[in-house]
Amino acid sequence: MSPAQRVAAMLELTNLRSQHGKVPHLAVEQLRIGTGMMVGVAGPNGSGKSTLLRAIGGELSVTGDILFYQRSLRHWDPRDRARHLAALPQFSQIGFSFTADEIVAMGMIPLSLSRQEGKRQVAALMKDTDCHHLMGRVFPSLSGGEKQRVHLARVLLQLSQATQPPLLVLDEPTSAQDLKQQHRILALTRSLCRQRGYAVIAVLHDLNHVLRYCDHCVLMKEGRISAQGKPGDVLTQDTIEAHWEYRPQLAGHMESIPVFV
Amino acid sequence: MRLPVLICGIALVAMIILGSLLSLLQGALDLPPTECLLALCDTLFGTHWSTLDDYQRVVVTELRLPRLVLSVFVGAMLAQCGAVMQGLFRNPLADPGIIGVSSGAAVGAIVAIAIFPASIGPLAVPVSAFVAGLLTTMLVYSLSRSKQGTSVLVLLLAGVAISAFAGATIGFISYFSNDEKLRQLSLWQMGSLAGASQVNLWLGFFAVVALAVAFQRKAFALNALVLGECEARYLGINVEALKRQLIILVAVGVGVSVAYAGIIGFIGLVVPHLVRLVTGPDHRSLIPLSALCGALLLLVADLMARLVVQPAELPVGLVTALLGAPFFLALLIQQRRQWS
Repeated sequence: MSPAQRVAAMLELTNLRSQHGKVPHLAVEQLRIGTGMMVGVAGPNGSGKSTLLRAIGGELSVTGDILFYQRSLRHWDPRDRARHLAALPQFSQIGFSFTADEIVAMGMIPLSLSRQEGKRQVAALMKDTDCHHLMGRVFPSLSGGEKQRVHLARVLLQLSQATQPPLLVLDEPTSAQDLKQQHRILALTRSLCRQRGYAVIAVLHDLNHVLRYCDHCVLMKEGRISAQGKPGDVLTQDTIEAHWEYRPQLAGHMESIPVFV
Repeated sequence: MRLPVLICGIALVAMIILGSLLSLLQGALDLPPTECLLALCDTLFGTHWSTLDDYQRVVVTELRLPRLVLSVFVGAMLAQCGAVMQGLFRNPLADPGIIGVSSGAAVGAIVAIAIFPASIGPLAVPVSAFVAGLLTTMLVYSLSRSKQGTSVLVLLLAGVAISAFAGATIGFISYFSNDEKLRQLSLWQMGSLAGASQVNLWLGFFAVVALAVAFQRKAFALNALVLGECEARYLGINVEALKRQLIILVAVGVGVSVAYAGIIGFIGLVVPHLVRLVTGPDHRSLIPLSALCGALLLLVADLMARLVVQPAELPVGLVTALLGAPFFLALLIQQRRQWS
């Protein structure tokens, strides 16, 4: 790791462990995420990807250190933390008939925005996430993909008043999306990294997405990080076979990025 | 489809004022309406306009007036507690009684009626009901707590189990009571506002205002809780503290209501549901509008309880259940169609 990256590390996990009975279901030696980095987490089902994200979000009781801007996550003021760290839920069920824009507006809870500015931001972010046409629609009636995009708009609003570049945690952000939306969402999050220094850590099942959009790949197996680095180095026919017990074909290269099928 | 919040609020206040006047002018004793209003002015402003005799004056200002005021307080309290409980449980079918406070309070009241000697005084029943209600809620809440936090599902199930146990206790005590006490017991369980003239209404006033203010401060956070507990935590909300505070506030609110008026069902269940249909689920408007709507509904229900079988009267809890249950079923059927 270069000295520059060492200085810029926004999130640092060291010796993270979480027990569930006798079996450790998460054992991470080290993971650093710097500002402007888009990190893809890959691994077979049950390898601990979601668990890792939940640990980062503080939803899991773990031993070890989670430093966010050199300060333990536990010591952050909850409101301040909310402005700098947001997570997109994988599933969402809401029993009340909130409208899509009301759900997005809940991202304002930790912020201080005037009513008008809030409205403007909600509309702008719903445009960015391609769900502007859902305004006024009742949330429970939306499709899975639409719900996910509404939530994405909400978490982006939540991070809109961050004083330092924020961290966005995405658990399978493309799982419910069609082909166009998958690429839209990944392009949007990558532009946030490039232009505004956001750090993104996303669980992705499509390895071609990791290769194409991510700066860093974390490969997981049995609760451990088995490899990490540049996606092109980490994801090869051999490592994929070792993790998924399936040997993919190399279909070719697109803009010098390998494409697996 | 939704109506504006402010207009609904103004309409509800207007209807409450109208209902109050009606409630003041109507009753078993037929009095001229203008005289009733003058008597009210005399009490409020110290004038001497009314020509009613002392007995008639007492009926208006010391029986009807406190009773309608109490119905407004209790209705408002139950309905806003219902709205908060439904938000907390993320379930539009939750009832404020679900955390065990009503059934616990019932046990307290019944112990006081059946076992305590009458010489303790008129406060024995309400105080005992209030204390028992709070203690039961604490028990249910502590049962639902574990290292991982409070489980809403366990809270709900513990509430059901404790309520069943309370029901058995009440049955047990009833079984060994004499006829006179038995009648007193069953009447208390049906809920009544008839005792309004003997209680301190200021306490109710402070309770209802304090509750409304406290709930309003938590309303935005309660919206976040609807997203899910994890999402609320990511939004910077201390979920455990929020749940604890809301449960205590609801227990106090329902406890005070039960102490004043016994068990009055369906207000806390139906009213928030109704308000949500009209103005939407945002708790910042749902809670205050539920309070107004609950006040109006109980005011009207009590008026009906007084008028339907005059000169006798029905327990108001009976009226709310008789009207509320079919109404609620109608809502359910309508929503079932919507969902399928």
